[in-house]
Amino acid sequence: MAYLEGTNLVAAYGVVPILHECSVEVEKGELAVIVGPNGAGKSTVMRVLLGMLEATAGEVKLDGQDISMLSTQERISQGLAFVPQNKNVFPSMTVEENLEMGGFLRLDDINKTIEEVYSLFPILYEKRKQLAEELSGGQRQQVAFGRAMMTQPSVMLLDEPTAGVSPIVMDEIFSNILDVRNAGMAVLMVEQNAQQALNIADKGYVLVSGRNEHTGTGSELINDPEVRKKFLGG
Amino acid sequence: MSDSIDIINAFALMTNFVILPALSYGSQLALGALAVTLVYSILRFSNFAQGDSMAFGTMIVILLTGFMIGKGWTITGIPTALLVIPIAVIGTSIYMLTMDRLVYRHYRRIKVKQNIVGITASIGVMFITGGIVRFILGASPQRFEDGERFIFSVREFKAFTGLEQGIALKTSQFLTITIAILLVAFLFYFLQKTKTGKAMRAYSDNTELALLSGIDPDKVVQITWLLVAALTTIAGALYGLDKGFAPQQYHLLLLPIFASVIVGGIGSPLGAIAGAFLVSFSEVLLTYAYKKFLIYLLPLSMHPNSLVQLIGTEYKYAISFVILVTVLLIRPTGLLKGKVIDGD
Repeated sequence: MAYLEGTNLVAAYGVVPILHECSVEVEKGELAVIVGPNGAGKSTVMRVLLGMLEATAGEVKLDGQDISMLSTQERISQGLAFVPQNKNVFPSMTVEENLEMGGFLRLDDINKTIEEVYSLFPILYEKRKQLAEELSGGQRQQVAFGRAMMTQPSVMLLDEPTAGVSPIVMDEIFSNILDVRNAGMAVLMVEQNAQQALNIADKGYVLVSGRNEHTGTGSELINDPEVRKKFLGG
Repeated sequence: MSDSIDIINAFALMTNFVILPALSYGSQLALGALAVTLVYSILRFSNFAQGDSMAFGTMIVILLTGFMIGKGWTITGIPTALLVIPIAVIGTSIYMLTMDRLVYRHYRRIKVKQNIVGITASIGVMFITGGIVRFILGASPQRFEDGERFIFSVREFKAFTGLEQGIALKTSQFLTITIAILLVAFLFYFLQKTKTGKAMRAYSDNTELALLSGIDPDKVVQITWLLVAALTTIAGALYGLDKGFAPQQYHLLLLPIFASVIVGGIGSPLGAIAGAFLVSFSEVLLTYAYKKFLIYLLPLSMHPNSLVQLIGTEYKYAISFVILVTVLLIRPTGLLKGKVIDGD
């Protein structure tokens, strides 16, 4: 039994079915990656895990507890954190205020966690008084990441963290993600850059039309000739 | 009247008839405009009920003032209205929260295009609120100012300075400007420095991310209505102390208030304040009769015969309207870059 489990999830937007009995799971200290073509339901899996979209069947378990009936906010306070793909910062607030808002639910002193975020992303300390909208794409991604870390989560869900950034920044973001994993968090990430993501992943899911098509370790999937041919461009 | 150029008396005249009235009217508009800005930023619709809500708040102030005077519970020199404002704010808050519960919450929940649906709903609330006020208080104008009317009067000023032109500072003007400054300072402190204020800005900035950060949307909405109720009641009471209360007058205040918000830049609190003073000074400056002013400043041969009034006071609402249309045509984002109103 893994730390976070989504089992046989079924979900739809209105009458359009998106997920058909799709299952994902991730262990603490593990990086799992969901890849697949556009419209496969990758982001929907995340929304269902977070309770932003209601599943019509299936269940979500965190540390053995069924959290399917909890609201998004309750799941956040249970240890889930999410970095959306777009609009993942508060643009007209400063970097520091963004981090403070990340720790909104916490009643203890959040300054120590803010320090930790600054030591992970030193550039954010320099820019702490600047508005998030004034930052570059990569820096904004770091703010988004830092905001999510403010709840001291045990699971980090990332929706295409490298969308729209340069290859150099992508490497930087991936190395940040590995740092987070090595610190003992469970990381589940949806990625368009399938090849690079599977390279660093402990576990990978290939989703097609809302179904698990292939599952395996990162290297298994990369070396699977069928996955290579269909999803990784040969 | 002297026939030489007399700048000091001209200035005194302008202060008495233009600067002080425009400053206090601008302060009243600014508070109303801030209420509209808050509703727009957090609840995402343009609140057409703002003018009538101000009438509602003022109605409670008037009723309580009458009650207090009847009981003899007054303090010499201070308008009784000032004492009852805190209770009136509570009353208006309850009314606004009830309206939110009965009307606006439904449309938030079903996630429709919030601005256009919110506008339509708020027009309904506007008519209901205006109706309640007229039902309880009647439609005729009334004054509820008691206590000392002037901080200093024209006569006292003349005796003190020896000037021909006097300046009077009405208690209501003094209160308006002072209270507006204090209230705006509090509001900005609240939004910039407190955790709840920051949560409101976060919710306004990126609602989905605010929810993901654990910010409770219902609480944000409730606190917004409390702030809006305070701004609305105080703006209405100060306007009434200054110019008297009439439901129709308050209803029409919507136009200069919306003009202020849009001129300043929708969603920008600083813009709303700047816009309010732009509108108030335009209104007063354009409807003021400059005859006496020019007589002080011009040599005898150039003295005007007419009133030298650019626009009659009956057209003062047209000024807001022209400002509104001009800004929307030339710079729809307003002076301090705000958002552009659309259907979403």
